[in-house]
Amino acid sequence: MELIYILIIPALAAGLSLIPGKKKFAPAVTLLGTLIILVFSWATAVHTSRGEEMVALRNWVSCDSLAALVLLLVAFVGFTAAIFSWGYIEKIVGPDDPGKIRRYYARYNLFLLSMLAVPILSQVALVWIAIELTTLLSVFLVSFENTPEALEAAWKYVVLTCMGAAFALLGVLILYWGMSISGKGPFTWQGLVDASSSISPVLLKAAFLFILVGFGTKAGLVPLHTWLPDAHSQAPSPVCALLSGVETTTVLYAILRLLPILKGAPSIQVETWFIVFGLLSVGVAAFLLIQVKDYKRLFAFSTVEHMGIILVAAGLGSSAAQYGATFQMVSHALSKSFCFFAAGSTLLAVRSRDISAVRGLIRTSPVAAVALLLGGLAIAGAPPFAVFLSEISILKAGLASGQYLTTGLLAVFIVIAFCGILFPINRMVFGNPGEPSGNRVLGATSVITLVLAAIPILLFGLYIPEPLHELLRLAAVSLGR
Amino acid sequence: MSELTSTFSVLAQLAALTAGLFLLTAFGMVAMRQVLASLNLFVWQSVFLAASAFLLGIQHASIHLYAVAAITLVTKTVLIPWLLRRTISQEIYARREISQVLNIPSSLLISVALAIFAYFVSTPLLGVSGEPLVKLNLPIGIAGLLLGAYVVMVRREAVPQVIGILSMENGAFFAGVAIAPDLPLIAELAAAFDVLIIALVMGLLTRRIHERVGTTAVGQMASLKEE
Repeated sequence: MELIYILIIPALAAGLSLIPGKKKFAPAVTLLGTLIILVFSWATAVHTSRGEEMVALRNWVSCDSLAALVLLLVAFVGFTAAIFSWGYIEKIVGPDDPGKIRRYYARYNLFLLSMLAVPILSQVALVWIAIELTTLLSVFLVSFENTPEALEAAWKYVVLTCMGAAFALLGVLILYWGMSISGKGPFTWQGLVDASSSISPVLLKAAFLFILVGFGTKAGLVPLHTWLPDAHSQAPSPVCALLSGVETTTVLYAILRLLPILKGAPSIQVETWFIVFGLLSVGVAAFLLIQVKDYKRLFAFSTVEHMGIILVAAGLGSSAAQYGATFQMVSHALSKSFCFFAAGSTLLAVRSRDISAVRGLIRTSPVAAVALLLGGLAIAGAPPFAVFLSEISILKAGLASGQYLTTGLLAVFIVIAFCGILFPINRMVFGNPGEPSGNRVLGATSVITLVLAAIPILLFGLYIPEPLHELLRLAAVSLGR
Repeated sequence: MSELTSTFSVLAQLAALTAGLFLLTAFGMVAMRQVLASLNLFVWQSVFLAASAFLLGIQHASIHLYAVAAITLVTKTVLIPWLLRRTISQEIYARREISQVLNIPSSLLISVALAIFAYFVSTPLLGVSGEPLVKLNLPIGIAGLLLGAYVVMVRREAVPQVIGILSMENGAFFAGVAIAPDLPLIAELAAAFDVLIIALVMGLLTRRIHERVGTTAVGQMASLKEE
């Protein structure tokens, strides 16, 4: 039943948020709703980490370990971003437009609902619709600030991802075709894995390519990434945390689900496709990172890089690499959302997105500066943060399975991206301030969010709790065949 | 003559006619110079999609496909035009020429190439099924998808881009009614709902861009890019 509640609560919260009245009502309802969702998702994850599936409605609404992992990530970032929104949205909207704040929270809840639905639904056709809805329900969150740049970003976002979705739709329909030729089974991820050996490889390959191109557009894989830095930098920072941290992860989840289905047909060489697309994304993003002039864009490009890393890890094939892929999904989602909270705090403090406009932040706004530094180190993959561990485990698995060229290229690109992220952040934090720019004290909710979001990325860099380890292991197993 | 009718039944002939007209509307959208004409072509394309679903319904004796035809008719020929007219009427009735990146004759040449490419892509897939109507609908559906994508890429204005995206979905469903005729009805309903939300969201966003930026030539918005 937990899974049904997880779907009902955000819908309910969205409706309640629109009720006019006390100013704090909508944020409070959202915060409460996301907290309950987090508790239920936690319970689901604990349940599945024992190796059992969580089923609410067989073949329609259910969660295995991989789905529960994604669900937990969405719920956690949904909760922290809701806390961050509390102070942030009020500051950027101003006190004289309470209706706009209510609309923000209604959209926030609906967007969260669509993202939660992706791992929970098991019918592939419905998953496609849920992914399409994550775009459509977040468009007005991207354009929330109503500047010409935000509107441009929202337009590119919706046009490119909807084009991608149409291609993915054809892929999903071809999968269904293959299913119905091979005999009847439920059109679920598991049903497809079971039937995969009797589906014609030609159909599987066509479906895979259509879905890879279609959902790859939405996951920000190069060369279909052009909308991503725009949308992920123009949206309000808590929305960026959701978009970059978990929306991309949910889409990538749908792509990774194809892996066990396609492994039965070696002629497709799904691993090669993953490695080529993944390395291309990591490489191009690493070089584009160097020339970025806007620090939110910096983190957006780093998302493209990390999507590539996860894809390469999944393509490496060995079970250790697949463990690395699931671990990387976790560490990326947690670190990237933290980075955008830090970027949002910096934006509140200095009112500029330009890297060159921010110097010596450590003196003017120490909390934002420390957060930015931690975020930069964490996402670039410095020890002792979670991304460091997950990247090391991927590289180690790559070397162990003898794929030296792929692993070497991946390592080089990661190092380039490391420098590309940390040089500008170093200048922003420690540089010599020409004139003191802004000296604003951060609100309590921002500080709480930063502390709360920092805990897991530090903790998982030092040690992984046993239930999480078990969940990651089972999720990695479900990527294999 | 009797041999001909035995190999090409009336049903198959009608289906071929519908598919041909569907492809023609897809080409028409590439060639049209005015927004209202593009929208009308989209409505006609949806009618042919519904007709194809109906014919397949007769062939498979499936009530399910009749329902799909009805859903398509209601959402795509009534609700979507109504929604777009409600949200952005001044854009639709503006009698100006749509600016585009390439001129119309070369666009049509590229479209022909895309349609041939669609046949090329779908040929290996057709071997798995003996259904004559799949052989008809799959390549034309893929062609509709590619031509819609082409329209989105070359048109500089917002409303033609919306229509391009909607026609891409039409292409995917045109193939879909043939290859997945028994998709659960709830998925069909949800997909129809989804298309409605696309039209609503993009219509509202177009209106907001018009209010804020003063133009809907979205192709010329380029403040966000790498230096």
